[in-house]
Amino acid sequence: MNARPVSYVATVAVLFALAVLAFGVGRYPVSVGEIFSLLASKLTGSEHALPANVETVILQVRGPRILAAVVVGAALAAAGTAYQGMFRNPLVSPDILGVSGGAALGAVLAIFLSLDILMTQALAFAGGLVAVGLVYAVGSRLRGHDPLLALVLTGVIIGTLLGSAIALLKYLADPYNQLPAITYWLLGSLASITPRDLSAAAPLDLAGLVPMLLLRWRINLLALPDDEARALGVDTRRLRIMVVACATLMTAAAVAISGIIGWVGLLIPHAARLLVGPDFGRLLPLAMIMGAAFMLGVDTLCRTIAPIEIPPGVLTALIGTPFFLWLFAFARRSW
Amino acid sequence: MSRFLLFLLIALPVEEAFCQTPQIDATGREIRPPARVERVYAAGPPASTLVFAIAPDKLVGWTRAFRPQEAQFVDPKYAALPELGRLTGRGDTANVEVVLAAKPDLIVDVGSTRASLAALAASVEQRTGIPYALFDGRLDATPKALRSLGLLTGDQARAEKLAAWLEREIADIRARAGRVPADARPRVYYGRGPAGLQTGGRGSINVEVLELLGAINVAEDVRAGLVIVPIEQVLLWNPEVILTTDPNFWRRAWTDPRWGATEAVERKRVYLSPHLPFGWFDFPPGANRLLGAWWAGKVLYPSQFDIDLRAKVAEFHRLFYHREPTRAQLDALLGEPGVLPR
Repeated sequence: MNARPVSYVATVAVLFALAVLAFGVGRYPVSVGEIFSLLASKLTGSEHALPANVETVILQVRGPRILAAVVVGAALAAAGTAYQGMFRNPLVSPDILGVSGGAALGAVLAIFLSLDILMTQALAFAGGLVAVGLVYAVGSRLRGHDPLLALVLTGVIIGTLLGSAIALLKYLADPYNQLPAITYWLLGSLASITPRDLSAAAPLDLAGLVPMLLLRWRINLLALPDDEARALGVDTRRLRIMVVACATLMTAAAVAISGIIGWVGLLIPHAARLLVGPDFGRLLPLAMIMGAAFMLGVDTLCRTIAPIEIPPGVLTALIGTPFFLWLFAFARRSW
Repeated sequence: MSRFLLFLLIALPVEEAFCQTPQIDATGREIRPPARVERVYAAGPPASTLVFAIAPDKLVGWTRAFRPQEAQFVDPKYAALPELGRLTGRGDTANVEVVLAAKPDLIVDVGSTRASLAALAASVEQRTGIPYALFDGRLDATPKALRSLGLLTGDQARAEKLAAWLEREIADIRARAGRVPADARPRVYYGRGPAGLQTGGRGSINVEVLELLGAINVAEDVRAGLVIVPIEQVLLWNPEVILTTDPNFWRRAWTDPRWGATEAVERKRVYLSPHLPFGWFDFPPGANRLLGAWWAGKVLYPSQFDIDLRAKVAEFHRLFYHREPTRAQLDALLGEPGVLPR
């Protein structure tokens, strides 16, 4: 009996069900009938007699937000999976090399300078790439240490530095206007997603994903000690740069439109590993589907359970903490 | 015993010479400033604006330095006062040593009078030995704050003049707003932040102007304080007018199809509050919001607020900022796209 296909089919089914549910619920009342007649009119190209707001809610509000949750969740889960495999460490999340800190600094700087949303996203994206570039440049020059350890430590140290820079900008920001905006950005949210955001982030995430998918079998070898991997003919250094670049691209693009959303990239790879084991080739697609479903479920709760938006990071932590404890206490599967 | 009484009799008048009769601040604490208050440290922007209004030469510095476009509205000697940082609230950027180095005779804060701020005032007062008065910063409590401040700094006449003027203005705004028939009051959404999704419910300091105008705030029932609302909720409210303080959001509202679905955008009733030298509508939460009330009254209820906004702005600036804006400055303030209906 093979559990793997079952896992894929089940998670895809859950994701699909959640997407359907997410289209159907929200603060603005839209009936299932209205959704179907809109769908029918879009498919057949005929006119529909629906109120204009219904079309806006479904196509401009819920559609982009659902897609954004899927993209962000999948990207964070993929990056987390790659890093956990590469660093051979179960506590690693996508921001280990400073991508979130760099993105946060970029966004906070943009808010501090009263730039518009587009510039905030652009600076967040660039900040994420620059931070990881810096960490990699410094970390790979530290000789005489385990290269992975040097990288992680550099990431932690530069992350702290970025944190102080953010604190400084918060300290200098206008407390009535900029500070709340900074706080809300750092909490993360998909509340203001537009189709344009999505059309910018999705291709970047895809660009990070494709090499990772193509190299998925080889990435397994990164989990071996360096000399063993080299004996198998793998240039670990180049492969590692590749993984870091792809994971960073995906995370930076996701974080630029969503803000910082914790736990997804840490939790989902573990959950996926429980189902299909540690093989990266099998793990990556499943983790992405699960990440997408998890993020979509969380975001749907965020926008429906109260008249105000709930920050997704709050819910991911509420779900993530007990799951993680349970995992460590009871799950004995090796990885 | 009698000796002790004698001592008291001698000591009391001496004590009087050094201290005024104590004032009670909004938290019920007794404030005993020296008889002559020459230097005042304002702990936050609302306090700065009030101290600046009644005793500009006693203000030792601003909590945040003027930006060039803000500085053009005040005398350069005031704009050049040093940046000392805030002492209270979320920013909490002021170093107590900086405050001490500025050698104030009095520290003033205006805004919320909640227990944590009262405790901060007491603790700073104890640590520095400088009297620290805290006053209620709600717009309709501002005349009272001005009068109390005037008593403490010894500028009663100036404070009384401004307080009485402010009271008349607020009463005038109330009376005009009160005459607006119920069916002529549009449903208003106040959108803050670059995405316009931050708003304030009933009782939020951010929407005091709306409450003064008796306007219908669509977000009335969400909890007080700043919150983020889902865009679907805004579409459900379907506001007839959107007011904002964020130029980025004002521009975005016209091009974003989601906002385009609101009645306000369809009817081209999205307005941007001026923000120089201090914000009009929301922040900083000081007397500056009086202009926000006149402005919002004009865009919400044009027939009841058939007033000369330029004259109002000029008068307010003369009284509170000690300098009337030039014609070009008024043109720039009121001519910014979105401030007034075209």
